[in-house]
Formats: sequence, structure tokens, C-alpha cells
Amino acid sequence: MEYAIETEKLTKKYGELTAVDGLDLRIKRGEIFGLLGPNGAGKTTLISMLCTMLEPTSGKARVNGFDVETQASEVRKSIGIVFQDPSLDDELTAWENLDIHGELYGMRGGAKQKAIENALQIVELYDKKDELVKHYSGGMKRRLEIARGLMHAPAVLFLDEPTIGLDPQTRRHIWDSVRKMNREKGVTVILTTHYIDEADVLCGRVGIVDHGKIVACDAPSKLKTKGESLEDVFLRLTGSDIREEKASNQTMRLRMRAWNR
Amino acid sequence: MSEYTAIKVLWKRELLRFVRAKSRIAGSLGMPLFFLLFLGTGLNSAISGTGGNYMEFIAPGIIGMVLMFSSVANGLIVIMDRQFGFLKEVLVAPVSRLSIVAGKIFGGATTSIAQAAIIMLIMPFLGVSFALSGMITAFAFMVLISIAFVGLGIAIASKMEDMHGFQLVMNFLVMPLFFLSGALFPLTNLPSWLKVLTMIDPLTYGIDGMRGALTGSSAMPLWMDFGILALFCAAMIALGAWLFTKKSTGN
Repeated sequence: MEYAIETEKLTKKYGELTAVDGLDLRIKRGEIFGLLGPNGAGKTTLISMLCTMLEPTSGKARVNGFDVETQASEVRKSIGIVFQDPSLDDELTAWENLDIHGELYGMRGGAKQKAIENALQIVELYDKKDELVKHYSGGMKRRLEIARGLMHAPAVLFLDEPTIGLDPQTRRHIWDSVRKMNREKGVTVILTTHYIDEADVLCGRVGIVDHGKIVACDAPSKLKTKGESLEDVFLRLTGSDIREEKASNQTMRLRMRAWNR
Repeated sequence: MSEYTAIKVLWKRELLRFVRAKSRIAGSLGMPLFFLLFLGTGLNSAISGTGGNYMEFIAPGIIGMVLMFSSVANGLIVIMDRQFGFLKEVLVAPVSRLSIVAGKIFGGATTSIAQAAIIMLIMPFLGVSFALSGMITAFAFMVLISIAFVGLGIAIASKMEDMHGFQLVMNFLVMPLFFLSGALFPLTNLPSWLKVLTMIDPLTYGIDGMRGALTGSSAMPLWMDFGILALFCAAMIALGAWLFTKKSTGN
């Protein structure tokens, strides 16, 4: 159980289109790992499979030592996820949202209370805990989602573009809390982002995904050749064309998002 | 144990949302009240010469109407949860799909019965009152009706991509089921084509059962109403659970 994530020829096909193509990836326990890649490269599909929301077409994946297909419920107990799209109940308060989350993850009484308070304090929403989420701003909702993902101190935390649309202050706050979680509780973090600088400062290693494959995987400093920024590396490896997701992929993604598996 | 907690917390969520949405409650009570007040009073005076009490006749039908409409509408919550993303949070949690469906069904049934109970509390002010003993039997029918139609609502929602189709279901499935259920007219002396349709409508047995319990006159024996409704209820729970699970695990 040295690895938090271990995939072997992991593949997901939607008809003709291969979203994830025989992908091999190993992420050690305690890493903060960045998944970078252009739109449609297969990041979200990969994460959906690792979260047991989507069944692989072929290949294997283990999360926290558990197989995503045969031990889905153990995998679910091991992970936390902050989705790319919103997933809060707007009609409830922040506290109630976290309370439901705690109960779903088997937390009780005092421990649950404490975890909720703690999570809300990390993202500085404790003062607004009794406000309905529908009255929150976009950034506050994002912070609440992150608080929820951190709340049950999972073994592996997936953050799918967590800081999208946030101001620099809030991003820093979130980086700090992710680092703190990682350092103090040994949580393995897998992060996807389009902010390459974010991956650069936060991640010990990054994997660059394109066309469903890992095209490079190492520490940012090792990927960079003289004078390059990580963004230069990214563009060098994935090209500078703007990607259009294929129509079939798009509809699959929409359907997938609808249920986000 | 954790599955039980999951069912409980999802049930609690439905209740929380229900008590928050005061305007929705008021909105959902409008139509049945108007039916009762205007149609009931209007036809009551029209047929008063014949000695029947129409208001008392349609009261169980209106209760059934509230139960069915608000229960099926739970499908809308499922679709909204999917569109606004909350469903993902539940689906990725370490909880079985069956528990999620169970939580939804119990939550939806509870809020439907609460709405029906509000109507029943208003009824005495409109001159309709029932004996307590009848209400207890009627309650058993109310539970079956609401669970069955929440199950149906979840089944329909699992087959739909978005909310737009749901209005269609309301107009072309729920409305006919209401009109054919004998909620508004007696099932005796109907033309045979209409009679057949009313007999196919599962709500018929729920309303007939409630009417028997509350007013003492029913078209069929109560045990038969109860039996058919219970079978329908079991079928709808199974259908809802099956389609929901299929939708959320299939690719």
C-alpha cells in the first residue's frame, strides 16, 4: 500500500472516442500531485473513474489500495472530492450541507460538530454558517465545497479545478489549507487545474495528460529546461492549438456531468 | 448502521427543504382547495335535490389528488438535484444506491402526507368532517398512495434528461390518472370504455379505499382496494429503485 493511486492500462472509451487511453499512473501516499492537460484531454474522465463514478472500459485502478470496480464502497470511504461543477444544496444552510456530508461519511455527534466548525473556519465561512447557500456568492460557494471535501479528512482528496473563478486571496487561502491537510494529516491530494502556476507552487509532481495519455510526469523543476516556465513546458508538450472537444465527447461529457459519474 | 443513517439524513433533508419552501407549499395547496371550495360547493348545490353530499364525496378524492401530485413532483427534485449537482455529492458518498432511493421515498412520502394533512385540517371549515377511526384507516391508504407515486416520480425522473419533460408527464399522465380515479365522480353507471380506464388507474383503489374509510361507502371492498394498491406500491418502489440505480451506475 505504498501508492495512493495506481492505474494499469486504464482505458475509457465512448464509442469511437478514447477519452483515457491505456493510462499508467502511480501516485505515492502523501503527495500533492497535479494533473494538467488541455480541455478534453481526459482529466475529468480519469478522476471520475478513480472516484467510482464511471466504470473503466478496460484496465485496472486502485485507490488507497482498493480496486475501483470490485471494492467501490471502500474506495468511496477513502476519498473526498471537490467537483468541477457545483454540488451543494442551495436551499440549505452551509452548516446543514456539511452536516449531511458528515452523516453520509459516518461521522457522529461531537466529532461531527468539531469537523464542521473546523472546516468552516479553514475557509472563513464560520460567521455565515447559518445562511442559505443560495445567498452565497460564487467564491463563497466554491470555498464551502472545498471545506466539505476537507471535512472528513479523506486518505485521498481529489480537487477538480478547485480554484476556478476565485480571487488571488481566496486561492492562497485554499492553497494553504490544502498544504496544511497534506502536511498534518498526510492526505494525498490530486489536483487538476488550468492555472499552471498553481500546479507549479503547490504540487510536488505533475502529470501532463494529452489524448488520454500521460505525456510527462515529474517534479515541475525537473520538467523545466533552462529558463522555461511550467506553462512553456505544458505548451511544448501539448502544442498551442486550441482544442475542440469532439461532439460525441461533448455530449458524453454533458451527460456525464448531469450525473457526474 | 451507516445505511440507516444515510436514509435518515436524506429523509431529513427532504423535510428541511419542505419547511423552507413555504411558497411552494402554499402553491401546491391552492388547486385542491379551489377544487374543493368552488367545484365542491358548486356541484353540491346542483345535486342537492338528490340528497347526496357532493362535498363529502370529493373530499377523499381531493386528498388523493394532493398526495399523487406532490408525490410525483418528487421526481422533479431528483432532476433538480442532478442538474444542480447535489446528486453527485450523494452518489460519491459511501452509501448504497438503494439507501439513497429509500431516503428519497420516505422523505417524499412524508412531505406529501404533510400536505394532505394540511388540507384535511382545512376541510372541517368547509363543512366536511370525518370520524377519527375512519382517519386511521385512511392514513394507511395515504401512506401507500404517497410511497407508490414517489416511486413512480423517481422512475420517471431517471428516464429524463432535464426538467422540461416533466410538465408533459404532469399533463399527460398525472392529470388523466386524477380524472380517471373516481375522485370527482362515482364509478357506477359509467360507459364501459370509461369504466375500464378507471379500473386500470391505480389511484382509483387509493381513493375508493379512503372514501370507504372516511364516508363508509366504497365501490369495492376495502381489503381489495388495499391489496391492489399495495401491489402497485411494491411495483413502483421496485421500478423507481431499479431505474435510479441503473441510471446512476450504467454508462
